[in-house]
Amino acid sequence: MRYLPLDDDDRAKMRDRIGVKHIDELFTDIPPSARLDNGLAGLPNHASEQSVERHFSKLAAQNVSAGSASFFCGAGAYRHHVPASVDHLIQRSEFLTAYTPYQPEIAQGTLQTLFEFQTQVAQITGMGVANASMYDGSTACAEAVLMAARITKRNTCLLASGLHPHYSAATQTLTHTLGVKTTALPPGIGRDAELIKRIDADTACIVVQSPNVFGEVVDLEPLAAAAHAQGALLIAVNTEVVSLGLLKSPGEMGADIVAAEGQSIGNALNFGGPYVGLLACRDERKFIRQAPGRFAGQTVDADGKRGFVLTLSTREQHIRREKATSNICTNSGLCTLAFTIHLALLGDKGLRHLAMLNHQKACALADQLGAIPGVTLLTPTFFNEFTLRLPANATEVIEKLAAKGILGGVPAARLFGPGVMDDLLIIAATETNTEQDMNDFSTALAEILS
Amino acid sequence: MNRYTQDRATRPKPTQNSAKFASALLQEEGLLYEVGHANTSGVDLEVLTDQPDRLGSLARTTPTGLVGLSEPETLRHYVRLSQRNYAIDLGLYPLGSCTMKHNPRLNEKLARLAGFADIHPLQPVSTVQGALGLMDQVSYWLLQITGMDAVALSPKAGAHGEMCGMMCIRAAIEEKGELEQRKRVLVPTSAHGTNPATAAACGFVIDEIPANAGGRVDMAAFRAKLGPDIAAIMLTNPNTCGLFETDIKEIADLVHEHGGYFYCDGANLNAIMGKCRVRDLGVDAMHINLHKTFSTPHGGGGPGAGPTVLSSRLARFAPLAFVTGDRATGFALAEHPEQSEAAFGRMCAFHGQMGMFVRALTYMMSHGGNGLRQVSEDAVLNANYLLARLQHEFSPAFAGTCMHEALFDDRFLQGTGVSTLDFSKALIDEGYHPMTMYFPLVVHGAMLVEPTETESLHSLDQFADTMLELAKAAKSGDVTRFTQAPLTAPMRRLDETQAARNPVLTWKP
Amino acid sequence: MAEIYYSEDHEWLAVEGSTAKVGITPYAAEQLGDIVFVELPDAGRNVKQQDEVAVVESVKTASEIYAPVSGTITANNEALEDTPETVNEDAQGAGWFFEMTLSNPEELASLMNKSAYDEFVKGL
Repeated sequence: MRYLPLDDDDRAKMRDRIGVKHIDELFTDIPPSARLDNGLAGLPNHASEQSVERHFSKLAAQNVSAGSASFFCGAGAYRHHVPASVDHLIQRSEFLTAYTPYQPEIAQGTLQTLFEFQTQVAQITGMGVANASMYDGSTACAEAVLMAARITKRNTCLLASGLHPHYSAATQTLTHTLGVKTTALPPGIGRDAELIKRIDADTACIVVQSPNVFGEVVDLEPLAAAAHAQGALLIAVNTEVVSLGLLKSPGEMGADIVAAEGQSIGNALNFGGPYVGLLACRDERKFIRQAPGRFAGQTVDADGKRGFVLTLSTREQHIRREKATSNICTNSGLCTLAFTIHLALLGDKGLRHLAMLNHQKACALADQLGAIPGVTLLTPTFFNEFTLRLPANATEVIEKLAAKGILGGVPAARLFGPGVMDDLLIIAATETNTEQDMNDFSTALAEILS
Repeated sequence: MNRYTQDRATRPKPTQNSAKFASALLQEEGLLYEVGHANTSGVDLEVLTDQPDRLGSLARTTPTGLVGLSEPETLRHYVRLSQRNYAIDLGLYPLGSCTMKHNPRLNEKLARLAGFADIHPLQPVSTVQGALGLMDQVSYWLLQITGMDAVALSPKAGAHGEMCGMMCIRAAIEEKGELEQRKRVLVPTSAHGTNPATAAACGFVIDEIPANAGGRVDMAAFRAKLGPDIAAIMLTNPNTCGLFETDIKEIADLVHEHGGYFYCDGANLNAIMGKCRVRDLGVDAMHINLHKTFSTPHGGGGPGAGPTVLSSRLARFAPLAFVTGDRATGFALAEHPEQSEAAFGRMCAFHGQMGMFVRALTYMMSHGGNGLRQVSEDAVLNANYLLARLQHEFSPAFAGTCMHEALFDDRFLQGTGVSTLDFSKALIDEGYHPMTMYFPLVVHGAMLVEPTETESLHSLDQFADTMLELAKAAKSGDVTRFTQAPLTAPMRRLDETQAARNPVLTWKP
Repeated sequence: MAEIYYSEDHEWLAVEGSTAKVGITPYAAEQLGDIVFVELPDAGRNVKQQDEVAVVESVKTASEIYAPVSGTITANNEALEDTPETVNEDAQGAGWFFEMTLSNPEELASLMNKSAYDEFVKGL
């Protein structure tokens, strides 16, 4: 087998050295009744590289890839062009096949890039500090809520109307066991500010997404002010971080913690994972000490040379065990590297340009689609994603579009369940969309609806 | 005061014989913020034809502060940084409990096929039948390997999988109306820190079980802790001392008799594939680290994936989302609570780490059922070979053979003036990544060595020779070689005390 | 003149009348290594003997500090927030953690004097 260097002679020599005749003598601690004398049933034997490749190519061909269609899906995962050098660099053996940088003398590559990552995340979110990543945006959101509960020593949390329903569900699932009571306001467009009147002296935090799941850009300032007036924190969620090139940062608008999905920068769609959760907060001791996950920090070595280490680890499970701020261990290492390299390539100038390009395409598409008879644009403000009301069931419409080679967005019903918003369609446009894509989309949609 | 550092210095001693690390192949490299420029971009983007503003007066008015690099500068910056990392592809990586095995590049190639990498999680399911079929096949393989009844694929890493299993257990207890009285979770002292952290996050109270003199669960202490308030036991098997828990079936039976559940930490599954199935050991839930056992790369700390297998007692509590249907009738996804009333909730957006599923299935199919059994046999053989070669100069923590990793304590260093930390750092100067040290907590000055099955006999011998030479050097009084180590790494020992006392977590102009 | 008591959890307690100043012993500070953070209880908090009241952290460990006796916290050593190294440098002086009033002075009988504590440490 190509991944196993030992041959039978080696194995025999080694058994001699150990002092056993048969390999099974090393497995005698397994209770006899549980031993599998004949190995695993129901599985094929080992396969050549070529035959495995053939199997997967067939499976892959059964999917309609975004690049082979006119593609307009978003709702928490976005298709952007990732420069070729990003994927090349993250496949360097030294990055790809390294462990968590617990031995800093021989892990400065990972540690320094994490430090760069933390700085970039803090900069685009307008926050003081950021950690070294979470699994994804939704789990970052849940962890941010737990963090807010610890900081405020309160246990209720309000989730805004425009929060991605998967984020809302994950947050409820992952926080209720610690006694946090989350209330999700009914979903709807233009309703995010409604939670202001629900904030009271027991509120630990409010969670508001901008751009929200419908694409609307939300002014966080009045929400931050209302939360702070009651001693509560504002957690700002962002699922499309390219928007931060064009929008006022959550930090500037008064957010205390930012939980975001970083997939848009450097990372492919991957059918939902792996992605990279961003978690940033105020640069204050009480925030940092309650933060989940790892931090890379700057220090010096024995010769006084600058270097980086994982730090403030007493918050983490491997030291603090049941009193840790989170159970997270493995995070999104390599995805943070892709994020950092892509953002280093973009720079401030490139990120702003990219963001404007997205906005430009989305505005043009919204105008084109909004002009189709019976179609209404429901989101007056947006970045690269907007919601339309169709004169038809959106789920049926996207199936018809798919048959024409167009992946035409995400029906609200896919996110919220069938029932109340069956005629809403959430559509994203990015720099990857050509004019031809957009024309094909509007022509096909007009045809289907006529 | 409850825990001590076991003499683990976190601040380097003043330098005696500083060796400046300089090499033609290792250039100095500053931070991105020192080599980049505010107005540089290494990406060519389509020219803007319009600058609309439908941002509701929320347009950014200040620069982000980001700096950019041209493409050549980017390559150079990150290639230079990469050269400051140790990696499996450079050498043996004996980190116990981490399973640093070879990462086949076929995995990488196939995960990048557009049909997997370039599909959106919310595309119509009719356009992703191959992806859902692949998830179904991953489930099949994991269930055959473990003998369990169901698998939740969405957990994004081992600790997230632990959460999944413990949430299922919590849901089962809640359904019986016993949530108020069943609060206690038994966790051995030798467990990974994630176990107690997970149980606490699920609202349980942790009760530690000590290890016996043989490094396994102390059965008398365990029995004494049983009672009607037991929710579960969380047990790693093989355990973190590299030993199979010989009483595992009795443990499972006793926990079940008392109305509790058996959570198994699957971090060490690499030792037992095809040798036994966890179902037959009485397990109710177990996460599987695809980035350990199934060779998806560690990537400097992730991403991982933590599919969680479940017994029939827990299967219906599995979280959203999951694949339904079959190849004949077409696959679909259960994504909404009304599609599974018993589901305990949702653990993340979308449906799991697809990129890791492709890699892991590639690996599993490459090996096949017979190959996976050989993987475990070779992993155990390699560890025992090292144990046999090292046992006389080192001090094995427990007598007898081990499973996939060998545990030593620091008795062999007693009186030498060399600590486990010093010894580990000296290994760096010999071209190796140190073993896991100071874990598990049940052993003083622990050194946990896991070679994995992907090391050749030659490589094992080289490593053993180095280890033996170092042990002799330590015993012969060559102390500074250890206390000053590493001398030849890109950095000397770093001042972790300063990093923690005065945290600098971002670059500031 | 304060009378000094010691606990098996390596805390010292300087008692004057019905008030006491509390910290960790030089032995404990040495064992912990470089102390990087101390989390202190707020003044006004009522505590029972053996309640967790503070946390002292080095780079690789976090240790709970238990109330050596019952009473009410009256002050804490805020300076430690910025200079935790004081605990390493002067554990039994400037590195004190908090002051408290004693609600049950009889609990002092459960603690050790200096020579008993020194013996206790020798036995570890």
